[in-house]
Formats: sequence, structure tokens, C-alpha cells
Amino acid sequence: MARRNGAPEVNAGSMADIAFLLLIFFLVTTTIETDAGLDRMLPPMEPPEEDVVIKQKNIFTVNINKNGQLLVEDELTELKDLRAKAMDFLDNGGAASGSPEYCNYCKGKRDAESSDNPTKAIISLKNDRETKYSIYITVQNELVGAYNDLRNREAQRLYKQDFTDLEAAYLNPETPETDKEELKEKVQRIQGLFPQKLSEAETSSNN
Amino acid sequence: MSKFNAKKTTDTPNVSTASLPDIVFMLLFFFMTVTVMKDTALKVENTLPNASEIKKLEKKDRVVTIYIGKPTAKYVERLGDESKIQLNDKFVSVKEIGDYVSLEIAKMPEHLRAFTTISLKVDKNANMGLVSDLKQELRQINALKINYTTYEGNAFLNLE
Repeated sequence: MARRNGAPEVNAGSMADIAFLLLIFFLVTTTIETDAGLDRMLPPMEPPEEDVVIKQKNIFTVNINKNGQLLVEDELTELKDLRAKAMDFLDNGGAASGSPEYCNYCKGKRDAESSDNPTKAIISLKNDRETKYSIYITVQNELVGAYNDLRNREAQRLYKQDFTDLEAAYLNPETPETDKEELKEKVQRIQGLFPQKLSEAETSSNN
Repeated sequence: MSKFNAKKTTDTPNVSTASLPDIVFMLLFFFMTVTVMKDTALKVENTLPNASEIKKLEKKDRVVTIYIGKPTAKYVERLGDESKIQLNDKFVSVKEIGDYVSLEIAKMPEHLRAFTTISLKVDKNANMGLVSDLKQELRQINALKINYTTYEGNAFLNLE
């Protein structure tokens, strides 16, 4: 029997080749992208217990027809003007300064014919069955954008930060728990100032 | 001057490749950890619209994805070119979607079920009719948190 001095060395020269093979496999199968999009809550199926009476002036109606044209508050409107119109409506603060609904942070026109208070203001979105999805998303995007712009303005005033950044930090799973409490409070306060009230009626099948 | 030339050797030394496996392994582990295997093959056309006011969909384990769009060329003959709903690997009709989504939610661990988000990946040329029907079905089964998944970009590009 031949005697050896210690164990022989394993040749590790092909290790790099094996690792390369695996590397290429994972490179090919990887999709790093994370999905992103517009978050929405659908209304629950059960109707609320009591009927709430909403004043007509507190409702901002947006109608999209099958050709992608917009009817905003009974006026034909270009899509690019929608955000400004929605912001005017939400930020109006029409209630008189003595009344309990008075809005002290609004910077709008204070038109008595438009919304009383951002917390009362409702945007109602209606679309046709034949409306194209891309138009619908653009409209949704503009309406969410209107809310975000107003919330950013308030967040800048109160916390010198954009609301969208605050919210992103709050939703980020890497943010430590200790900061989250503080962020949650800020986010909820801003959301309370401009609550997102977007109602979607069931689509109409007629023109 | 000759001072500097004194040490010059004629043959170039070999570059040591001993650390190459380490570098490759490092890359390998990086890709292994970030890899998400594609689990569904798309059977519908799926060009998402653009939007700018978007939020990231964190945590894939609580997301159910529904695709809507025209069937791809391979399926057009059998199914026609009307928009169809695809869930996982099969086409599902609007009436069945509630059952299938409930089934998907039931597959999730119990503590995640309350946070389920339905990600709607709808082709930008689809009609709202089908999307509205789908939303109605989702309301029926009380899956209310939805996300219109989009690409990031200028929303007005959708109009072209």
C-alpha cells in the first residue's frame, strides 16, 4: 500500500466554471422590476345604513364618454385642465368663516357655489363601457395627482416635506418601527386635511 | 535616468485569477437572492398604460395578479380578439373570477389574507366595460384593495 503525506488537494480550478454556469442561469431568469401603480379601494357591496344627503355643490362630476372626451361639471374639458379644475374644487373652502365647516387652510377662491370644505368634497367619476382603459387611467392619475399636489402643499407647510415622500417612507418596509409611529401620525394628519373621496358609479351602458 | 530602468524585467507577470471564483460567487449570490422566477406565461397582450402618481407594490406574497387584454396571436383563432381575463395560466370568464380569486386568497397564509391586494394589469387598449365587470365581481367577494398596475411615465403619453 502506498502511503501518502496528508490528504491530496482537490482541484478547484473548475469551480469558476460551475459558478459561471449558475450565474448565467440566474442572470437570464432574473426580473428585478417591482410593480407599481395606482392604489384604489373599491366600495363595499353593502350600502351604508343611513342615506347621507350630499349637497350638489360638494360633488365634482367627471364623465368620460366612449371617445375619451371629458365632461367636467357639465363642461367639455381637456384632459390637461382636469388637474387644475379638481384642485380648484377641492381647495375652494366655500363655507363662511363663522360656520363649523370653515376651512382655515384652504387657499382657493372661496366661491359659495363650489365645495364647502375639502373634507366634504367628493369627486364622482363615471365612465362608459367603451371608454378605453388608457384614458381612464390618465383621468385617475390626474385626480390622484390633484390630491397629491394639495397634500404636498400642506405637508410642506407643516413639516417642510412632501407628502408623497412621507408616505413612501411610511410604506417602505425598511423604515425602522420607531420612525414609523411619527410618520403615521403625520401621514394621517395630512390625509385628514384632504381625504381622498373618489366615488365611482357603475358604468353606464348607454351613450 | 538609468536609475529608473535598472529594475525593468523582460517578461510580464501573470495576473492571479485565484480570486475569480470569489467574485463570480458574489455575483451569483446577488442574482440568486434578487431572482423572482416568472411563474405565469402571458397569454394576452399586455402593454400597460403610463401613470406618474404611482405607489410601489411591496411584498409580492400578498398580491394576486389579474391580466386583461386581447388574446395573443396563438389564441386569437380559438378565442377571438375580444379582451379576455387571464389569472395564473388560464383564461377565466368574468363570472368565475370571484371563485378563482377567493381560491388564490385562500392559498395564502392566514395572517396575510386581510392585506391582499389585487393587481390589475390591464392592456391600455382594453375597454372599461370588462374592467368594471371585474371590479363588480371583486366587490362581491370583498376583495376591495386593488392596484391599477402601470408603468412609470407621463400619463399623457397614453392618449396617443
